Amino acid sequence: MKLTLKIWRQKNASDKGGFATYPVDGISTDMSFLEMLDVLNEGLTEKGEDPVHFDHDCREGICGMCSLYINGNPHGPLQTTTCQLHMRSFSDGETITIEPWRAKAFPVVKDLVVNRSAFDRIIQAGGYVSVNTGGVPDANEIPIPKTIADEAFDAATCIGCGACVAACKNASAMLFTSAKISQLAMLPQGKVERKTRAEKMIAQMDAEGFGACTNTGACAAECPKGISLTNIARMNREYFSAVVSSDNM
Amino acid sequence: MSWVTKTLSSTLGRKLIMALTGLFLILFLTGHVSGNLLLFKGDGGEAFNIYAKFMTTNPAVKLLSYVTYISVIGHVIYSIILTQVNKSSRPVGYAKSNASKSSSTASRNMGILGTIILIFLVIHMQSFWYQMHWGEVPFVTYDGEQYKDLFSIVTFAFQNELMVAGYVVAMAFLSFHLSHGFASAFQTLGLNHKKYTPAIEVLGRIYSILVPILFASMPIYIYFTSQS
Repeated sequence: MKLTLKIWRQKNASDKGGFATYPVDGISTDMSFLEMLDVLNEGLTEKGEDPVHFDHDCREGICGMCSLYINGNPHGPLQTTTCQLHMRSFSDGETITIEPWRAKAFPVVKDLVVNRSAFDRIIQAGGYVSVNTGGVPDANEIPIPKTIADEAFDAATCIGCGACVAACKNASAMLFTSAKISQLAMLPQGKVERKTRAEKMIAQMDAEGFGACTNTGACAAECPKGISLTNIARMNREYFSAVVSSDNM
Repeated sequence: MSWVTKTLSSTLGRKLIMALTGLFLILFLTGHVSGNLLLFKGDGGEAFNIYAKFMTTNPAVKLLSYVTYISVIGHVIYSIILTQVNKSSRPVGYAKSNASKSSSTASRNMGILGTIILIFLVIHMQSFWYQMHWGEVPFVTYDGEQYKDLFSIVTFAFQNELMVAGYVVAMAFLSFHLSHGFASAFQTLGLNHKKYTPAIEVLGRIYSILVPILFASMPIYIYFTSQS
């Protein structure tokens, strides 16, 4: 395959940045999107140019490190992570526009790399269980209905990639935050701190500069892990019931 | 009161206000469209004028009307605040965006739709609400009691093609606004359940089509019946 890549280049956080266009040739349809970028970067390195910086780690779709806003959608045209997107999803001769996640809370570090530590700070604000839960318990020692366990697990599959923020017209982090609140609020170990957790995590989410939710549903439609909007409704319930009944003034 | 103000200035608190005022305005629209169906009665406006007097003099209705004014103002103010927060959350936009793949046009343009509806509302209230309260409205007498003849003001206004067309177009925008707003308000309140959400979504779709059509049919009906 022959492709034309229109890629956002930005030296550092304070640089204004702009698009650069690169032709690439000899791309196999079986390559992943990141492997295609590796081919580009090898060529750039050989020519003595600065390679395009982009985030990646496991390349198995489980770590949430890869990002990229490809041709107008986070993680490209399919509902998967960029590392699991293959070049067969594109056609020969196509021009592909590649941009970083765009959000005030996700500042660009370099090129396509953005700083997503705002998500870490939301987790640090309350996305944990601080009671001692002991070692691995015997199965069914704590009775949890299967439907609840499944729902909590589904919420926990969020890999924190930030595609929801990238997709949202308001750069809102509500799908992420709601998944992290939900995975704990549904289980007995997490229920102990549910009120304070909801209050603190939402306060942190606001402080980071993420927008509000307009319920467009773009986040869930683009989420590579299929996190559902029911989590946002649950987060709203958690928050509203927390603020009227918690001991925090 | 600090926890109250803190909650109401959070993104979720602001959205709560949007949802509650929005739902109240949906209730208001339901009442408004039901009462105005009296325009179709063909009795020269008698039932409509009696209804109009009741709506402007009954103390309970008056109280409700104040809640409606507050809801409109609250809905507008909080939408402006939220829009500013949302816009500032993405200072640098995307060069290429394919947003229509994952969300509806109405849901992405609630602010624009709402602004158009607000402009319509100002014109609409000036035409009828202001006239009824402070304008010069002729009187009619039914069974020895005097009534303001709002019906004549309404029929006169809708002799004008531009006015009729403007109303019909405004109702199309209202329809789009409601098509997203109805179900969205329930989601914001956290009322999402697999038993009820599909029904709420269907109800929202029916409501967003039916109510604007009923409203739009009023100026059209008057235009054609009062011409002949």
